[in-house]
Amino acid sequence: MSWSLVLWLAAGAYAFKFLGLVVIGSRRLPAALDRCLALVPAALLSALVVQGTLSTGQELVIDERLPGIAVAIVLAWRRAPFIVVVGAAALTTALLRQL
Amino acid sequence: MVSASITLGAAVGVFGFVFGVGAVAAGGSVAQACVTSLLVFTGASQFSAVSVVALGGTTSAALGGAMVLAARNAVYGLAMSRVISGSLAHRALAAQLTIDESTAMASAQPDPVAKRHAFWITGIAVYVCWNVATLVGAVVGSAIDPATFGLDVAFPAGFVAMVAPHLRHRRGLIAAILGAAICLVLIPFTPVGVPILCASAAVLVGLPTPDAAHADDLPDEPVLM
Repeated sequence: MSWSLVLWLAAGAYAFKFLGLVVIGSRRLPAALDRCLALVPAALLSALVVQGTLSTGQELVIDERLPGIAVAIVLAWRRAPFIVVVGAAALTTALLRQL
Repeated sequence: MVSASITLGAAVGVFGFVFGVGAVAAGGSVAQACVTSLLVFTGASQFSAVSVVALGGTTSAALGGAMVLAARNAVYGLAMSRVISGSLAHRALAAQLTIDESTAMASAQPDPVAKRHAFWITGIAVYVCWNVATLVGAVVGSAIDPATFGLDVAFPAGFVAMVAPHLRHRRGLIAAILGAAICLVLIPFTPVGVPILCASAAVLVGLPTPDAAHADDLPDEPVLM
């Protein structure tokens, strides 16, 4: 993690917030763009799950992380609170590493 | 409404704690974790950037996915521009607080005055909790070996929890499956972080106009985190 990443992130994130609230304001976006932007979290968060569970660098790896995330998926589907989902996944992975 | 905002702030604190732990696990310092939360202040983007760095991605690769995720705050800004008025400085400050939680709480109120109050109270409560929790998480994370406690799965597990509400409508589910598939296929062939950026192509499933039979295609309110 570098300071330049921190500052670029800060500038970019603020630029989007400012763009929406102040620059574009109450003008409307095309409906199709609106619909696509609403899908950004679904597309990217699921990709981040795959990356964080199945990869180490550029390699696909199956290790103790996978059972942990499987537990997280079941709990999230059953609408468990965030801390329960994360805690159970970490515990599962940690216990399997002790074996 | 005030108590709802504070409850929400406390819940966000849990995310902030996990972010702090993950940021130091990814090689960041306590100061970097804290400055990120103070200045960036948008959860999913921060998580995304740090998780790319943790796996060895470059700064630009980490920025790409994070910026796509940050773009939705512009959409929240559009919605909030009808609620927030006043001087440029006032609106510029409000912009920093324009995130999932403040937008959702404001949208849920019946009239403009209540919407404005909900926006500021929630935004400030979440800002304080997010930053205090990041500091605590970063300090705790520095003191232990995250892998021993399985904390390296905290980020992907957190993403699972964050994505779950998006899977309960049809297009969200399709976009999620497509995004995951694109990422999986590209991991062995592209630098770390690029698969995340490419997964954003999955949002194109939003292009066709929804027909009446699938009116529940998309959420009409922000889904938290």
